[in-house]
Amino acid sequence: MKLDLTGLTTRPAQVWGGVRLVPLVRDEPVTSLRLHAQIYGQEVGVVDVDPRTYYTSYIPHGFVATWTDDGTPAAAYGTEIMRTEAPPSHCMPLRFHRRMAKRTDKDRVRFLPMNLAIEGYLALHFGGPQVVWEQWSQRAISNGLSPREEEAYVGSEIRGLADALRIFEIHPGQCGMLIYVADALAAAFVVPHPDDYRALHATAIEDLYGELIYHYATLSMPVQQFRAQLSGSHVRTLADLRAAARAQTVAWREFHDSTMSAGLLAAHYDVRRVYKMGEFTLSRFLPTFQLKQENHIGELITDHRGQTAYLKTFRLSDAQSRRGYLLTQLANHDWHLPSTAADLGVTEAQLGLRMESAGFGSLLREDILAHYRSVSRERSPSNMDRRPKS
Amino acid sequence: MDSTTAEDMLMFVNAATTATGQREFHSSVGQQRLSLSFLHEYMLGNYRDLYRAALALDINDHNATIIVRRLLETAAEATPEQRRREGQLIARRLRLVAPQRVYDLFRQLRRARVNNRRTRGIIRDWIATRPDPAFDAVKYRGALKEALRHTHTVPPHDELGPFLFGQQAHYRTPILETWRRAHYEQAAIYELPYTVAEGFAAKHRIDRKLFLERIAPRMTRLERQRIQADITQMPLTRLASYVLSLPIAERRDRRAELTSALRAAAARARGQEKWGKVAAVLDDSYSTLGSIHKRRRPLAVALACHYLLEALADSYVPLWTSGRTDPLLAYPHGATPLGDRILDALESEPDRVLIVSDGWDNAPYGLAGEVLRVFRTNVDPERKVSVVHLNPVYDVDDFDVKRLTPSVPTVGVRDAEDLPALVEFARFTEGLTGLGQLTAHLDDRARRFLEDG
Repeated sequence: MKLDLTGLTTRPAQVWGGVRLVPLVRDEPVTSLRLHAQIYGQEVGVVDVDPRTYYTSYIPHGFVATWTDDGTPAAAYGTEIMRTEAPPSHCMPLRFHRRMAKRTDKDRVRFLPMNLAIEGYLALHFGGPQVVWEQWSQRAISNGLSPREEEAYVGSEIRGLADALRIFEIHPGQCGMLIYVADALAAAFVVPHPDDYRALHATAIEDLYGELIYHYATLSMPVQQFRAQLSGSHVRTLADLRAAARAQTVAWREFHDSTMSAGLLAAHYDVRRVYKMGEFTLSRFLPTFQLKQENHIGELITDHRGQTAYLKTFRLSDAQSRRGYLLTQLANHDWHLPSTAADLGVTEAQLGLRMESAGFGSLLREDILAHYRSVSRERSPSNMDRRPKS
Repeated sequence: MDSTTAEDMLMFVNAATTATGQREFHSSVGQQRLSLSFLHEYMLGNYRDLYRAALALDINDHNATIIVRRLLETAAEATPEQRRREGQLIARRLRLVAPQRVYDLFRQLRRARVNNRRTRGIIRDWIATRPDPAFDAVKYRGALKEALRHTHTVPPHDELGPFLFGQQAHYRTPILETWRRAHYEQAAIYELPYTVAEGFAAKHRIDRKLFLERIAPRMTRLERQRIQADITQMPLTRLASYVLSLPIAERRDRRAELTSALRAAAARARGQEKWGKVAAVLDDSYSTLGSIHKRRRPLAVALACHYLLEALADSYVPLWTSGRTDPLLAYPHGATPLGDRILDALESEPDRVLIVSDGWDNAPYGLAGEVLRVFRTNVDPERKVSVVHLNPVYDVDDFDVKRLTPSVPTVGVRDAEDLPALVEFARFTEGLTGLGQLTAHLDDRARRFLEDG
């Protein structure tokens, strides 16, 4: 399914250096769902997602969603700071959470934003091969893909993002934002209510961003502002002038929605439900992992009509998309390497080496992998072997 | 060539009015200082006469002292005629600058090792014109000592020599004697100026509240206002800053009192001018927060302009960027839809449109400039409506205040009380046809400035 951002209007972007921030404004805020933040601090967070699986990450804050079932305004709480005494300096501080999304009261649920989505990506076919073909190693059979790890960068490391967020002027009624770094969509963030947005705007600096975004920020030049331009040819009165000005706003909105955000909004996603909250549903989604395209993972809360009340996305880097693509293809073919390879149009050896370069080499049996390596070496001899014939 | 010079001069005047070398919303201290010092070097190197002429205009003290310092440091590059005129203007301008800044300037000259005859003459003459040398010796002891030492000047008062450079068991001058006694007698502290007494109070460990009560008669007007504001006497922009520093609830409670004080201050600043139908676009977006050293300064200027225009105009339409209708409760929030607001202002059919904004138009970017451009070329080519943009913030990348469009004059504004004079200057620059006019205007200003002294 596709993401539905009806009710949100795109407003003109604000640019600072290489970062372009596009505000999304709601005409009518969603009052029956409110979000507020719980600040945890700098400890490493450890979440037990199920009795046998742990998820570890940088979890600086959690979101608490409060809802009402009958459409009346939900209670709004400010930001809570969960204090602990400072641990001794020779310890590594950890904070343990139970479950990604946990109910704390009759109509409140605490979930860990961004990490909910990333855990969905890391848990993709986490069990590993379901069928014990001969190519899979003992480790793959017994442990699956564990440990499965990915790297991301915190927002404060992204060059220019902190300044751009600090300088950004929040529109009245603004409920969301799309962050573009070097004009590549880095993240989308939507909340139900403008007051919630004001409180949570700064948390974007603590979110995780993919490696692609980090490199784009470090290496890019400042992006150009899209300047409004009025052609004076048909303007004679103030009414004409106002119409021309309005046309510019509409032109930006159409350009942005059709071109800049198309990678996120036009794609199809595999959405899995995580928690049901009254008439709202908390889910997370994965893309179809098409190579050479934007692939975003994320979490969202939708109402009964499927419209987005809350959204947070993460853009996968190319390597991460490749990993997702390989896992999906393998799972589609019941983890049978030869048929997967045939479907992808490569030989089994090439597929094995692709898996190794993607980081899944430990799933294959050592001798099988060595065989694949020697087969590929035969077929494409290295230049060192070639001697000039005298 | 001519028009470039005129543009550069106007750019410099705007910059010298608004830039204070402090952190602003969009730029840091380092960026501001670097940009400003480059601008000063550029003007000094290329247009020494115009650079000097800026001393006669309404630039702020920070830039005035920088101009003086640079002129004196580079005296060797000037012709004798230039040096003579510079000396006159410098002497006159320094008498208007606050004394602590002048002493700081002398310190900087000493550090820069500038010690030619003219500099010594200027310092000596300035010290000679001080109304109470003994008071200066007590309040600015270190700086006066350095200045006298640097210029080998005989102190103007015969007891100052032993006071500054030595010790004496007993002084005949009352304030010097009080200073000596304050080292061991607590009662003497309360006859010294506030800044000096503060140091002695800390030495004697006097309770702060008690100290402030008893020292109140000795504070300068500004110092007293910082501790406890008297809103009936404050000038308009300072009063607007004070109002914005109060929490919203308190402003609501004291609404009648604050509004009448603001209106009274505006009436005092108005003078005899009267304008017809005025529409004002006032920026209260988030960037008017300023910075930690210039808290809400752009918003204070906008608020002060609002009350001043209300007093000046026969019919007045205020339009805030956030859409608010109650200016007393203003605070910086929202984006900057200048384009839409300017259209609203033009639709109210005024005689004048005034825009008070830092120029960071972002909803959408560039719309304000385009609206004004097309308005001037297509809708109102005869210029029946006059439009002026007042900008309180110096932009580091432009070396000027941010402009909206070339067809609308932009001037830098420091205090709202200067508004009528600035608007006049803006219209003068709009009708400017060449450098000759500008030079004549500046010569005239310089002549009047020297005559007033």
